[in-house]
Amino acid sequence: MTIQQEFTPTRRPAVMPLITYVDPDGGRHEIEAQRGDSVMETAVKNGVPGIIGECGGFLSCASCHVFVADEWIDHVGRAEDVEDETEHVILDDAAAERQSGSRLSCQVKVTDDLNGLVVHVAPEQS
Amino acid sequence: MSNDVLVVGASQAGVQLAASLRELGHDGAITLVGAEPHLPYQRPPLSKAYLAGAATAESLALRNDAFYASHDIDLIRGDRVADVDLDSGKATTETGRTLSFDRLALTTGARVIRLPIPGADLPGVLYLRDLDDADMLAQVLPSARSVVVVGGGFIGLEAAAVCRNAGKDVTVVEMGARLAARAVAPVVSDFYRQAHERRGTAIRLGRTVTELLGDKGAVTAARLDDGSVLAADLVLVGVGVAPRIELAEQIGLEIRNRAIVVDRFAQTSDPRVVAAGDCTLLPHPRGGDDMVRLESVQNAVDQAKIAAATLLGEKKPYSTVPWFWSDQDTLKLKIAGLSTGYDDVVVRGDPGTEKFSVLYYRSGKLLALDSINQTADYLLVRRLLGAGGTVPAERAADVDIPLKSLAVTNAG
Repeated sequence: MTIQQEFTPTRRPAVMPLITYVDPDGGRHEIEAQRGDSVMETAVKNGVPGIIGECGGFLSCASCHVFVADEWIDHVGRAEDVEDETEHVILDDAAAERQSGSRLSCQVKVTDDLNGLVVHVAPEQS
Repeated sequence: MSNDVLVVGASQAGVQLAASLRELGHDGAITLVGAEPHLPYQRPPLSKAYLAGAATAESLALRNDAFYASHDIDLIRGDRVADVDLDSGKATTETGRTLSFDRLALTTGARVIRLPIPGADLPGVLYLRDLDDADMLAQVLPSARSVVVVGGGFIGLEAAAVCRNAGKDVTVVEMGARLAARAVAPVVSDFYRQAHERRGTAIRLGRTVTELLGDKGAVTAARLDDGSVLAADLVLVGVGVAPRIELAEQIGLEIRNRAIVVDRFAQTSDPRVVAAGDCTLLPHPRGGDDMVRLESVQNAVDQAKIAAATLLGEKKPYSTVPWFWSDQDTLKLKIAGLSTGYDDVVVRGDPGTEKFSVLYYRSGKLLALDSINQTADYLLVRRLLGAGGTVPAERAADVDIPLKSLAVTNAG
């Protein structure tokens, strides 16, 4: 699969939105997500390695750091645009260096709009 | 040699322990037994988002149903291990199941302490520990008018904040001279009292509830030790928890302060048994001779990982900087480190703004930090403590200098 295809937002109808997690070793995990769960919860409940979600999604740690591809970041939204600046502050301090598509996946809710989303799991979590 | 593991207790620690065993390559059987009928779930949101209606029971699940099958974890729900024989490697449950194992993990958690007073069993008197408790509370809260919260610790204060936000008359009755005294310094306790009072919650310190009064089979009021009577059609009790140690006692494990004694490797006094989470008394993770109990998600998770490694013969000492959090309305408390034994505190910022941090020191060495709506300070200090660093006490109050610039790493 080429990079181009990998990050093209798909719009195919699905019973449940499909989220793909790419772990730091390149392994891909395609998960049918429950709408309303966060991208972090989806990963943890399905045992995707590398996303810890230690605080349970209460913006108390940076253990669910993911990199959202450029093609997706406008759909997902950028951390610096979130009104509550906590996520922004946490990401500045995350163990893996922040990138333009960095998000705490606990703050990204699964919607039909995100069907086909691909996120890369940050290599270090804190 | 077979190495089948029986994990007793299917909450945060037990689920983590089972998951970590598989992650570390364990190929023996894993049986995970939980007393509750629900898919194992997260407890912290019960007194926060779940109670406020911002989370569903489904979203609280720690793992999907399919996770247990795909990781070959035999999850038994709604049953309780009643009897364990280590020598034969057999356990029996209340419903009569016999379970075989080579190694045992106790993640039995803690139960709420019940009020030993007249009227405590009246309908309308609720506790906050389990999903069922939270569901019951969610059911009765809408029709309640006056809520008395017994216990001014974090659980009580979190619940009080939710009730107050739901428009109820709320009174918190705390036996101690200040709020959350076991966890935070007086300056933070005072801050909480003022912040909750600003939000319209009444706080009664140094008072105990001596009796709950009822009418037509439901609670109507709480009588305090000074004779005053508070109207209450809902009483929420959050006066602490006690470790579940019955099995550990039956096996003959070392018990101290009513908790299961473990070492830095989550090993109990019997080499065949590990324990993790709320049920344990463990060496202070940052060294020294102190033994501590840590009632937190962080400890449940990190200690369970250590316990799983120990079961597989990989000994990794537990050294994580403890951390905690508590959300009360807009007040986001985050604690890094353990302040036990502090001899000095420095307040950074003005508590009146509901945005400040408190640094705890012993002999000039930084032990811990509480931050209210100051996540950057919390993150910095959590990492700093992990690296053995400090912030000089004499400069820590200066808010004109970012805490980051004041940090000194690798200080003694």
